[in-house]
Amino acid sequence: MAEVWIPPKLQQLTDGKQQVQVEGTTVRRLINNLEELHPGIREFLCDEMQEDLIPGLAVIIDGEVSLLGMLDKVQETSEVHFLPAIGGG
Amino acid sequence: MLDYKPNTVLSNEEFDTVGSSPIRHDGADKVTGRAKYGADTILPGMLHGKILRSPHAHAIIKSVDTSAAESHPGVYAVVTSADWPETSMKLVDLAEGSIHNLGFLSMNVLARGKVLYKGHAVAAVAATSAHVAEEALDLIKVDYEVLKPVLTAAEGMAPDAPILHERLASVSNPALRPGGLLDDDADSLRTNIANEFEFNLGDVEQGFKDADVIVEKTTTTQAVHQGYIEPQAGVAQWQADGKLTIFSSSQGQFTVRDHTARFLGIPVGQVKAVPTEIGGGFGAKGITYVEPVAALLSQKSGRPVKVQLNRREVFDATGPTSGTQIKVKLGATKEGKLIAAEAELVYEAGAFPGSPVGAGIQCMMAQYDIPNGHLKAIDVVVNRPKAAAYRAPGAPASAFCMETAMDELAEKLGIDPLDFRMMNIASEGVRRLTGPMTPFVGYTETLQAVKDHQHYNSKLEGKRRGRGMAAGWWANNSGPASAVLVVNSDGTVSLTEGSPDIGGSRAAMAMHVAEVLGLPVTDIKPQVGDTDSIGFTSNTGGSSATFKSGWACYNAAQSVKQQMIERAAKIWEIPDTDVEYKEAVLQHISDPELKLNFKQIAARMIPTGGPIVGSAGVNPPGPGPSIGVHVVDVEVDTETGKVEILRYTAAQDAGKAIHPAYVEGQIQGGAVQGIGWALNEAYIYNDDGALENSSFLDYRMPTALDLPMIDTIIVEIANPSHPYGVRGVGEVPIVPPMAAISNAIYDAIGVRMNDLPMSPDKVLEALWAKEGK
Repeated sequence: MAEVWIPPKLQQLTDGKQQVQVEGTTVRRLINNLEELHPGIREFLCDEMQEDLIPGLAVIIDGEVSLLGMLDKVQETSEVHFLPAIGGG
Repeated sequence: MLDYKPNTVLSNEEFDTVGSSPIRHDGADKVTGRAKYGADTILPGMLHGKILRSPHAHAIIKSVDTSAAESHPGVYAVVTSADWPETSMKLVDLAEGSIHNLGFLSMNVLARGKVLYKGHAVAAVAATSAHVAEEALDLIKVDYEVLKPVLTAAEGMAPDAPILHERLASVSNPALRPGGLLDDDADSLRTNIANEFEFNLGDVEQGFKDADVIVEKTTTTQAVHQGYIEPQAGVAQWQADGKLTIFSSSQGQFTVRDHTARFLGIPVGQVKAVPTEIGGGFGAKGITYVEPVAALLSQKSGRPVKVQLNRREVFDATGPTSGTQIKVKLGATKEGKLIAAEAELVYEAGAFPGSPVGAGIQCMMAQYDIPNGHLKAIDVVVNRPKAAAYRAPGAPASAFCMETAMDELAEKLGIDPLDFRMMNIASEGVRRLTGPMTPFVGYTETLQAVKDHQHYNSKLEGKRRGRGMAAGWWANNSGPASAVLVVNSDGTVSLTEGSPDIGGSRAAMAMHVAEVLGLPVTDIKPQVGDTDSIGFTSNTGGSSATFKSGWACYNAAQSVKQQMIERAAKIWEIPDTDVEYKEAVLQHISDPELKLNFKQIAARMIPTGGPIVGSAGVNPPGPGPSIGVHVVDVEVDTETGKVEILRYTAAQDAGKAIHPAYVEGQIQGGAVQGIGWALNEAYIYNDDGALENSSFLDYRMPTALDLPMIDTIIVEIANPSHPYGVRGVGEVPIVPPMAAISNAIYDAIGVRMNDLPMSPDKVLEALWAKEGK
């Protein structure tokens, strides 16, 4: 199972857990499964249509900023972070 | 110590074209004045647009009466925000992590209901001349209810602070959203704090208990402007068939198209945005100010309309970077190992949410291995122009705090500051305080390059002279990019790419193509396409253009190469696999008689199958971060407080410098902007929120007379995610200078400068405080 690092502000939704082990071969499936484990968290991670991450949020999979977002693949051993996206100048 | 030549390149791999510094393709046009910039477009029947701006920093717009202006001779149109639809407050990501609430952006372009900073656009006029338009502006009557302004983040966070946005989403919402408005039925406290987030790692309390040495400090920085030479300018032509064409100077023609279409409520397919040359942007031309106004005026008048800002408008109303207040606490063992860190970063977003505090916090300690930490970031709206991106947005201010604290810690530990950094490098795979593992970048090699340099090893002689160094980290971006290659019958290749050329990207893109095809770079004819002639390409920003568009050009060139092989195979009636392509010559793998060069096949392309066109659309991962290490010598005049830069050397991991002279220029330009930020530049407001130095006479940027030659060391540690090893280079050079100079001033006169700019008055005050005066 992939290890999802929960942003501190959202840890109130995961009973204070900083990391959660979640099944899922894509970011979308990962978030859906995370929602089943910790209801209410999905709305802070993806848009109403559940097609995209909320603007301003980046998903980092194994240290690499994902450019595919919800569609990106996640491995069994992946480490997944949700961080504020960094814009350039 | 190694004997580097000035502006040296520590190369890792040699190529034919990549790594050379040819004359830029657009050079002749630029030096002869033929190049067309934003204000150079002139269309038949064109009108001139001018913008009425708020004289108040914070006020309710009770009414706007445009009737007198509309009837003024020569006036064709007057517009306010009432002339376009109310844009959704939904946040959108317009690529590269550039997050926009289009409702806020729309209200920034033309105020709706309230003005939120002095200079905020309220209305606009299109007339037969700029002078007539200005006369008409005086005839527009605006009734304001003036409110108390909020000018700093501290004022904005005070419990009784005036509120800029009545329904700003409160921090009780745990999402990471960078600000937005509450739904009408939602309940929340009134606040100016648009966003607040934090990171935790390890046990910070125990970390500080275990620390032998602790440093705590607070730094402040003021808003500074990007200072680009060319003010924003654009021409919009609304045609009779409903199509809209925009000619403007920007960092992204697709952003211009998308913003304008959304503000006007029309499909993007109805808009064509044509990029002109751009006279500097540094991030600020990645969003729109003038184009939607010109479009609205053109729609209403039925004529093409040009809107061109003057310098005062640029200062008053286009985004500077954020003012900041940053606290840091660092703990280390007596052996020199960092073991704990705490920081709180407060950034002023300007009138609408969205400062670069997210980048500031993520870059602040990214290059260090610190096992325990707590970082907190706060984004606050204030009655100043909306902050815009400026070269590594967010990182220079946080690096100023961190890297001066590192200097203090190194001093307390009695360790050379460069060695102290070397001892605490976060190598690849080390967990960062923000969570993810550290990616691959040549920090060790860049520090070592400075340590080996004559500058760092030279003796600095003379009174009141000091040396300082600092490092900086920046998370480069990638994004979608497109390129199209067309082979001409004479063997030249026309290249259309989507990245506006700010720092020489046309030449760099042509060099990617030339390298793949083995052609002289002069045979490649690059141009930047408009939104109808090239695929979507995200802004030239985030140090992304050479990486992402380079990938697109590389792939498009590989396509052309393959087609050339197929044509040769067809001519020789042999399988493709029997043809070898080497240095623009196609040859049978075993029969030396069968040989044709690129030009010969180009001449026969029509009868052998038709035009040869290669294209690519990419969104490549793996841009990798960038790292810079700067060292500076200063002399401080203790009578006047003036700081003189005596010597400056900047080292940086460029991955691979496609065009080393341009990389050198990027490093020098960033360093110089950082020096200006360090010593001179600041927005100065009066108590009413009016900017008091909105000209280049009063807003002091450094000139060539103020500076020595900026020596550069280009360190090449290839980025494995690019075919030639490129990583972005444009932004990180502005990150270290402020801290390096502050550290040098301390070395010179023994005072720690923690407030930017380190202008003569502040240096004197610090000296007097030290001397107890």
